[in-house]
Amino acid sequence: MNDFTYHAPTSLDDALAALRGGDGAKLIAGGHSLLPVMKLNLAAPTDLVSLAGVPGLGDITDGGDSVTVGAMCTHADVAGSDVVRARIPALAAMADGIGDAQVRNAGTIGGSVAHNDPAADYPAACVALGATVVTDRREIHADDFFQGMFATALADDEVITAVRFPVAARAAYAKFANPASKYAVAGVMVADGAAGVRVAVTGASGDGVFRVAEMEAALGASFSGEAVAGIAVSSDGMLSDTAAGADYRAHLVTVMAKRAVEACG
Amino acid sequence: MPSVTMTVNGMERSGTVEGRTLLVDFLREHLGLTGTHIGCDTSQCGACVVHVNGTSVKSCTCLAAQADGAEVTTIEGLANGTELHPMQEAFREHHGLQCGFCTPGMVMSAVDLASRNADPSEHEVREWLEGNLCRCTGYHNIVTAVRAGAKAMGGGS
Repeated sequence: MNDFTYHAPTSLDDALAALRGGDGAKLIAGGHSLLPVMKLNLAAPTDLVSLAGVPGLGDITDGGDSVTVGAMCTHADVAGSDVVRARIPALAAMADGIGDAQVRNAGTIGGSVAHNDPAADYPAACVALGATVVTDRREIHADDFFQGMFATALADDEVITAVRFPVAARAAYAKFANPASKYAVAGVMVADGAAGVRVAVTGASGDGVFRVAEMEAALGASFSGEAVAGIAVSSDGMLSDTAAGADYRAHLVTVMAKRAVEACG
Repeated sequence: MPSVTMTVNGMERSGTVEGRTLLVDFLREHLGLTGTHIGCDTSQCGACVVHVNGTSVKSCTCLAAQADGAEVTTIEGLANGTELHPMQEAFREHHGLQCGFCTPGMVMSAVDLASRNADPSEHEVREWLEGNLCRCTGYHNIVTAVRAGAKAMGGGS
């Protein structure tokens, strides 16, 4: 890992200033996405700006028809939150299935969505639930936020402060996990909310999270596992690696979608 | 180069590190606390688990600078003099180790579980130890040890 200058600002303004001050500065939250890629020299920032000391980024609040999760909330925070468990239990369960206990104790929701790993769980939850990513300067709907593998709508000097999830009438996440990393080989979040039924898939495509319109239409007509069991997705553009080939991943998408629908009850 | 100060096993420790210095390297190389092991260096194996502000984390995926000001507990900080911590005693009693390389991380992870759940089921122990790999034991005795250690701790730390 190349060396860098570490910054520990205690306000959002100072974090933004540090982020703009370095040519190649990056934010660090829990570091569980960033440090591994830095160890591989896939990223070599000149400056790391920690958000740990910035106040106000660690709250989970019940907004009635939505739940807002601060960007620095760890996966364990989300999984263990009484608010999330009561209002969007599928989100709590999804967070509880990320990595392992120590990863969940350190990794954050803000870091995960900003990194947009194509096998991360949060992108599927954000897109299926119709979440809004809140930054220091604007709000970005999940549909516009995720822009392909490791790519998002964020500007270089933009800071995620929270993610707001609308409460869904019913939702569930089903994941076929890589047995070593617990990253999704294929993960499907199904949500039936104010925006209708949404089906979002992570882990499978080289372009990251995507929706399956045919499944959404079928579930809108009949919300049952059987409604999606016969709907195949194309293996074009699917990832192919030691965990699963493209055809198998495409097959898993249908299986996981059916399981998620059935888990909605 | 940044200077960091943290409370390690109850004592204030300081050092000058590089920005990129990992917490596990600070503990091992700067403080000589080599009980915390580096196994995979990719946040998968759990040999490097320590407690930061009371929560178990993988110290190979944490910068020393991120732990500045924190309270850190390593495997060396568990025993009370020559009296083993109840979780260490349970690993000894139930032979929850063979080569011992993964053991410090296993014990630190288990202590965190036991502080949250005084009587974890076998399933809960196995789920919690997802991020702690052991290549010797097949886990059976480790799970037995963790359950016994948790009971002996009685919900304490």
